[in-house]
Amino acid sequence: MSTTTTPESRSRGKAPAGERVADWADGRLGIYSLAKANMRKIFPDHWSFMLGEICLYSFLIIILTGVYLTLFFHPSMNEVEYHGSYVPLQGQLMSEAYKSTLDISFDVRGGLLIRQIHHWAALVFLAGMFVHMMRVFFTGAFRKPREINWLFGFLLFVLGMFTGFTGYSLPDDLLSGTGIRFMEGAILSVPIVGTYISFFLFGGEFPGDDFVARFFSIHVLLLPGIMLGLVVAHLILVFYHKHTQFAGPGKTNNNVVGMPLLPVYMAKAGGFFFLVFGVLAAVSAIATINPIWAIGPYRPDMVSTGAQPDWYMGFSEGLIRVMPGWEINFWGHTLVLGVFIPLVIFPLVLAAIAVYPFIESWVTGDKREHHILDRPRNAPTRTAFGVAWITWYFVLLVGGGNDLWATHFHLSINAITWFVRIAFFVAPVVAFIVTKRICLGLQRRDKDKVLHGRESGIIKRLPHGEFIEVHEPLSQEQLHTLTAHEQYAPVEIGPTVDENGVRRKVPATEKLRAKLSKGYYGEDAQIPKPTVEEYKEITSGHGHH
Amino acid sequence: MSSQDIPEENLPVTQDTTGSVKLADEKNPFADPGLPPHEHRIQDIDERAAKRSERTVALLFTLSMLATVGFIASYVTIPVDKSVYIFPLGHIGALNFALGMTLGVALFAIGAGAVHWARTLMSDQELADERHPIEASPEVRAKVMDDFRQGAKESVLGRRKLIRNTMFGALALFPLSGVVLLRDLGPLPGTKLRHTLWSKGKLLVNMNTNEPMRPSDIIVGSLTFAKPEGLEEHDHGFQTEIAKAALMLVRIQPDNIKDKQSLEWSHEGILAYSKICTHVGCPISLYEQQTHHALCPCHQSTFDLADGARVIFGPAGHALPQLRIGVNDEGYLEALGDFDEPVGPAFWERG
Repeated sequence: MSTTTTPESRSRGKAPAGERVADWADGRLGIYSLAKANMRKIFPDHWSFMLGEICLYSFLIIILTGVYLTLFFHPSMNEVEYHGSYVPLQGQLMSEAYKSTLDISFDVRGGLLIRQIHHWAALVFLAGMFVHMMRVFFTGAFRKPREINWLFGFLLFVLGMFTGFTGYSLPDDLLSGTGIRFMEGAILSVPIVGTYISFFLFGGEFPGDDFVARFFSIHVLLLPGIMLGLVVAHLILVFYHKHTQFAGPGKTNNNVVGMPLLPVYMAKAGGFFFLVFGVLAAVSAIATINPIWAIGPYRPDMVSTGAQPDWYMGFSEGLIRVMPGWEINFWGHTLVLGVFIPLVIFPLVLAAIAVYPFIESWVTGDKREHHILDRPRNAPTRTAFGVAWITWYFVLLVGGGNDLWATHFHLSINAITWFVRIAFFVAPVVAFIVTKRICLGLQRRDKDKVLHGRESGIIKRLPHGEFIEVHEPLSQEQLHTLTAHEQYAPVEIGPTVDENGVRRKVPATEKLRAKLSKGYYGEDAQIPKPTVEEYKEITSGHGHH
Repeated sequence: MSSQDIPEENLPVTQDTTGSVKLADEKNPFADPGLPPHEHRIQDIDERAAKRSERTVALLFTLSMLATVGFIASYVTIPVDKSVYIFPLGHIGALNFALGMTLGVALFAIGAGAVHWARTLMSDQELADERHPIEASPEVRAKVMDDFRQGAKESVLGRRKLIRNTMFGALALFPLSGVVLLRDLGPLPGTKLRHTLWSKGKLLVNMNTNEPMRPSDIIVGSLTFAKPEGLEEHDHGFQTEIAKAALMLVRIQPDNIKDKQSLEWSHEGILAYSKICTHVGCPISLYEQQTHHALCPCHQSTFDLADGARVIFGPAGHALPQLRIGVNDEGYLEALGDFDEPVGPAFWERG
C-alpha cells in the first residue's frame, strides 16, 4: 500500500519487495512525484459525479469485448451460402460478415454473451455521456477553467455516436443495411460532391463490396483510437483541474472537500467498474439486443417495418422523417433540400449545446475560475436553455419513432409528423419559458426559507385564537448553502456620450451583449438573494418561531 | 449489538472534542461555518459492527469466486445449442443465460464488496485540499514569453522571409499527396446512377418464383415484386444491381388510373414502379389496395400508385419512376426500355 520508505529500512538495505520495485520505478519514471500529488488526491462526493464514471467503465468494457469480437468476426462482403447451426437461415445467401456474426452468436461458446455485452455497453456508454453532459451543463461545471474539457467530452459524444453507427452496421443485417442505405441517400443529397463522396465511400455504387471492411477499420481502429486519446486527455484534465463541488459548509472556490483517492475513492471507483460490468453482463444474459438472426441478411430490395436506428441516432432519424420533401431542379441539377437540410441541421443541433459555454462566458464577461457548482435554479436562463435543448432533442426522437408512436398509441402518423414539425419550433420556446418560471419560483422558495425558516408542519394556536404554522429557523450551514451562490448584475452599455458631448459609437456586438446580459441577469431573470439586513430585520422583529 | 454494550471510550462524545457545532455568526448569519464535525458510523465505534462489515465484504468476495467457478463449469458442461425455459423470460439459450448470470454475479460481487468496504470500514473523514490557480504567475509568464522571443529570434524565421514562405508552401502542399491517394477509393459516378439493368425486351421475372409472368398472373389489388430477366441471386454484383432494378407491380382497374402517361405506360392496368423510395432509397413494401397507396416503412413517404406514384405524404421529393411495360409475342410481360429517369434518392446531377 504505502510506498514511503522509512530511513530505518533503507539503512538495513532490506526494504520490502514492493518498496524496492517502487524505488526502481521511481529511479526511471519519477513515480514518487506523481504519487505525491495524486495518491491522496481529494475527490468530492455527489451521486451525479458517478455518471462520468459509468461512461468511462462502459468504454473500457466496449474495448475489452470488442477485441474479443474481432477474433471471430470476418469483415467481408463476400456472398456465401449459410450452412451453420441456425436452422431457419440454412441455405440463405449472406455476406461473410453476417455469417460470422451468426457464428459468434450460435457456435462460439459465450460469443453471444460478449456480443450482447458489447452492444449493451455501447448503448449505456452513449446514454451515460448524454446524462453526464447534462449534469455538467446544468450545474455550470463547464465554466472556466473547464471549457476545453467540455469540448473533449462533446467530441467523445459525437465520435461515440459514429462509432456506434459504424459498429451496428458491421453485421450487414437487413436492419443495419437499411440504415446504411439511409446514410447513402443522405450523402447523395449533398450538392456538387454528394455522388462522388458516395462512390468513394462505397467503392462504387451502393452497396458494393467494400463498406463493411471500410467501416470495420473505422470502427475498430480510427474512431476508438481518437476516442481513447480524448478519454485520457479528459481524465488528465479532471485530475489537473480537480473536481468541482457543490456549495456547502466548509466548501469554497479555493478548496476541494471529499475523500482521498487512496483508499476510499480507489475502492469505490474501482468497485464501481465491476458493478457496471456486472450489471451489463446480467442484462446481456436476460435481454437480447440486436437479434440479427431474426432480422435476416441485408438485401437492398427488402425491408422490415419499424426500422429504427439505435437510440442515439434517433434524433437525426426524426429530422429526416418530418422534413417536407423539398426538391429544386435547375439547369440540369437537383438541390435535394428535403434531405440536405436535415443533414445540415443534424450537426447544428449538437453544436448548439457545444458552443453554449462560450456564449455564456461572453455574456457574463467573467474571467475567474469557477469550482463551485451552481444549483440549476440559480442559473435560470442557462437551465431554461438546457431544458429547451433537451426538449428539441426529444421532439426529434419522437419524430424518429413516429411509426412506433402511431402503432403503439393508435395515433395518425400524419398527425404525429405534423406535431413534430410544429413542436420543432414551438416546444423549445415553451420549455424555455416554463423552465425559467419554475427556476424563479424555486429561487423565491429558497429566499423564503432563508428569511422565514422551514415549514415545520406544527400548527400553533395563539391566545387570541389565530392559528399559525411554526416556522423553524435554518441552521447556519443551511443558511450558508442557500445563499452561497453569486448573482451577476447585467452588463451596461455605459454612456453613449463622453464628457465632451461627443457621441461614442457602440458596436452592435456590445449592444447584443448588453441585451443578452439583461435577459440573463435583469430584473425578471433572477430573484435577488436575501441579504443579511433583510434577515436581521425579520428575525429580530416579530417572531413566529 | 445494542448501543449499551459499546465501551464508553468509543462513544463519539469522548472521541471527538474539537468538532462542536459553531454557533451562528452574530454579524453574518450567512457566513460559512466551516466543515461540519465528523459523524461517526456504527463501525467506527462498535468493533462488532466493523466485524460484521468485514464478514459481509468477505462473503461478497467469496460469492464472486464461486460465481467464477460457476462460469467455468457452465462453459464446459452446457452445450452451446441447449435451450431452457426460464420464467418470465421464456425459452432462452441456456449457455448464454448461465454465462451471463455467473459473470454478472462474479463482477457485481467484487464491486459490491469493494464499495461496502470503502463505505463502512475505510475512513470517512472528509478532507480538504487547496486549489491553486491554473494560470501561471506573472514571473513565469514573463519568462516563457522571453524564452519564446529568444527562440524565435535565434531561428531567424522572422528575418529570413524566403525560408519562411517556402516552408509554409511545402507544408501546405504535401498533404495533397494524401488526398490524391484517396482517389482510388472508388470509381467516378459518371452516369451509373441513371441506368439500371432494364432494357427493351427484358422479361419481368417474379422475385419469389423466379419465373417470367403473364398479365393474368397479376390480379387486381395484389402487389408483386419483380427483377429483370437474367439477374440471379448468386451473381456477383446482384446486390448492387437489385438496389436499382427492384420493381413492384400492381394492377389497378384502368378506369381508376388517373395519370394519363401512367396509363399509357401500363399494360392492361398493370403498373410497374421502381421499388426504391425516392427519398433515401428504402424499398417500398407496404401497399394499401383500397386506396392504391404505397408506403415506405422507413420514413413513411406515401405514394399514390393510381396517380403516377406522386408523393401524397412524407419526406420524399418526387414520384416513383415508372417502367414502360408490355407483353412479348409469347404473352410474357416485358420491359419496353430502361426507366427514363434515375431511380432511388435524388442527387445533384439528377436534374
